[in-house]
Amino acid sequence: MTAYIARRLLATIPVMAVVAIFVFLLLRLAPGDPAALIAGDDATSAQIANIRAQLGLDLPIWQQFFMWAGGILQGDLGTSIFSNLPVTTLIAQRLEPTLMLMVATLIVAISFAIPLGVIAAWQARTFVDRFVMLLSVLGFAIPVFLAGYVLIYVFSIQLRWLPVQGYRPLSQGLWPSIQSLILPAVALGTTYIALIARITRASMLEVLSQDYIRTANAKGLATSRVLLLHALKNASIPIVTVIGIGIALLISGVVITETVFNIPGLGRLTVDAVLKRDYPIVQGLILVFAATKVIINLLIDLSYAFLDPRIRH
Amino acid sequence: MMGKLNSSLGTTLKTSLLGLASAALLAGTALTPASAETVLRATMHADVRTLDPHWTTQTIAGIHGMLIYDTLFGVDDEGMPHPQMVGDYSVSDDGLEYSFTLRDGLKFHDGADVTTADVIASLKRWGEKDQAARAMFAHLDTMEAVDDKTFTMTFNAPYGLVLDTLGKTGTMVPIIMRESDATMSADEQVTEAIGSGPFMMVKEEWVPGSVTVYRKNPDYVPREGEPSGFSGAKIPKVDKIELVWIDDSQTRMQALIAGEIDLLEQPSVDFVPILEGDPNIEVIRTGAVDSHWGTIRINHLHPPFDKPEMRQALYHLVNQEDYLQTIVGNPDYYRTCHSFITCGTTYEDETGKEVMADYDPKKAYEMMKAAGYNDEPIYVLAATDHHTITPAAQVLLNAMREAGINVNAVSIDWGSVVARRSNREKPEDGGWHIFVTTSSGTTSLNPALNTWLGATCDNANVGWPCDEELETLRGEFAFAQSVDERKEVARKIQERAMYVVPYISFGQWTQPMAYRSDKISGIIPVTGLTVLWNIEKSE
Repeated sequence: MTAYIARRLLATIPVMAVVAIFVFLLLRLAPGDPAALIAGDDATSAQIANIRAQLGLDLPIWQQFFMWAGGILQGDLGTSIFSNLPVTTLIAQRLEPTLMLMVATLIVAISFAIPLGVIAAWQARTFVDRFVMLLSVLGFAIPVFLAGYVLIYVFSIQLRWLPVQGYRPLSQGLWPSIQSLILPAVALGTTYIALIARITRASMLEVLSQDYIRTANAKGLATSRVLLLHALKNASIPIVTVIGIGIALLISGVVITETVFNIPGLGRLTVDAVLKRDYPIVQGLILVFAATKVIINLLIDLSYAFLDPRIRH
Repeated sequence: MMGKLNSSLGTTLKTSLLGLASAALLAGTALTPASAETVLRATMHADVRTLDPHWTTQTIAGIHGMLIYDTLFGVDDEGMPHPQMVGDYSVSDDGLEYSFTLRDGLKFHDGADVTTADVIASLKRWGEKDQAARAMFAHLDTMEAVDDKTFTMTFNAPYGLVLDTLGKTGTMVPIIMRESDATMSADEQVTEAIGSGPFMMVKEEWVPGSVTVYRKNPDYVPREGEPSGFSGAKIPKVDKIELVWIDDSQTRMQALIAGEIDLLEQPSVDFVPILEGDPNIEVIRTGAVDSHWGTIRINHLHPPFDKPEMRQALYHLVNQEDYLQTIVGNPDYYRTCHSFITCGTTYEDETGKEVMADYDPKKAYEMMKAAGYNDEPIYVLAATDHHTITPAAQVLLNAMREAGINVNAVSIDWGSVVARRSNREKPEDGGWHIFVTTSSGTTSLNPALNTWLGATCDNANVGWPCDEELETLRGEFAFAQSVDERKEVARKIQERAMYVVPYISFGQWTQPMAYRSDKISGIIPVTGLTVLWNIEKSE
């Protein structure tokens, strides 16, 4: 197992190098000029050129790349062109909201999706099954921003139960923080509920048709025991895989939800940086996301061994 | 197989739902922590991303700057300058020597006194980049400190806009910073935020793209006098200001309705009727001068628009009502204007209106053909992601196509437009013929300050108009010694600009502001840079 982990971690190095080169070149080749955006509408061409020189953007691309890569190797992700703050600081500021939203969304999604998927499989081809699948389709079909606006209108404007927008950090208390995440987690969770429920149902159906399930039923075990202890556990690998993919997507931020609910997360930071051509932030974030996805994939693969004793690394 | 839902499964689900419901019910009791301090929460048109108002022409940098810094002069709501940091001043009879003495009690947020060394260094730094400052400094012989509180400016000609320039508003405001900050080149960004203004920035709590926090400056000594625009008493009446950035326009509106923010600087115009219908919300015009005007900028470098008669043909493509209806919709908030100076201000002149208002696309095409147009493609930079420029560009494209002009619409995001418009290459090689933009109403209060009107060839704003006569007239305006004299020169400038066509305006409008009238009062309606002093809040 240790050797396997070590091999996987070593393999991330060339992956990260390719990602770094790719994202650096892609940004430089894309149209747009951060110096012009910084200077503003009333600036002259000479002023823009001066800013470009000041930021080092007039240097040869290879020189810019090696300066940046050298900093990466020392743990320095660079400095924002606009705010002059270190990229690591900006990421750190946005990490808590993103992680909290991710956790809240997963809790909402898993809490509803797995029971729904199990019930749909257990009641396959009945009204209950079709109803759950209908909910799943709706979950995919309804855009997150629409769900968000409706939730805000009902729960924030009309009922005044929950805030319209914003994120309250944990330093202001656990409860205020949770309150600020309920609506965004529900809005965002609908898509994940739909996805996880469908995967759970499909995986459960396959397992429920197995001989050992028939044996368990024949032995007179309670339905819940059969479903949860025997079937669900054996159906868990695809479910865990999808949840893992969901975690990876959530960490890189969900821009629409963050925008609608004004959550200052990594997704918005990424989009803002792209639109403003704040190269250091985009480059630093993409590297962080790539590293995170690699680690999550590794953890998912390792979890298979715990879920299925037949799997050994 | 129909079975009863296992009780443990059902219980788990029910418990979860009950927990969520309880959480929701208790929400209202814990939303706002009890606090004795008053906090003004405002959402502006952009978030504060740079802290140096000398480094960028972004309006939000100016708003930030006016909160934490102060200026020697400030203009009132009619655009007339009044002393702010300056206590007394005098002008020699020949108009060549100015003497300024600072008021007592001016201190930076770190406790140091404001001295003439800080002032002179700040003005020099500001003059490196700001075009109005450079126009003034071009005629400056010396700027010297007499002592820590008095300094003089000696000119080689009686420049008539000294006080207006020192009190200019809009972009690149002449804020006074510490000498240690001001000695940095204006091409490098000052990253500290230590001023002498009515508020202090709490930099540790700054999250770019999310929130910027300011606290009342307890040591600020406001000037006497009724507040008007950027002049008079600037009194910080709230303990704390949070500029909360909310990206989504609908969420901004909902946040104001719910009372989570107190002020919304620029609500979407289509949401204004909803806000006006809320008894707790007031929607107001931001000052006597319209906040925005639109411009169709033309590239003078390349054919076919290197000829004035070709540019003049474009007048007949513009029906300002079409643009204003599309962008604003409500006629209460817009007006047509065929002056190169903001309409509704002192130097407005609509000479030539009958030509500019003659919307006739076919005539435009005929004039272009007569001037030598051979149906070559006209490259129009059409931004795809700007809430006003995008629809305005579409209106223009529509008119050009109706005229029969061969249009090549380059649909790119605004950032790419900003980059490409600086390109002097031929349009087919990455340059451009036309792009659409907007500007603040305060940037065109007079022809000397209107940088879009400049025709200094290579040194002009993008588009690079080049006309010696227009520049001579702009210089005459700056040296005029009376309002009547300036009005006469402004009329001549209007006539010459009609011929040169540095740009074509598509009208002006006011972006209203909305605020919680049940919570805050004392707003000073100002065009250009929103001011947040003098605002009181009751919880």
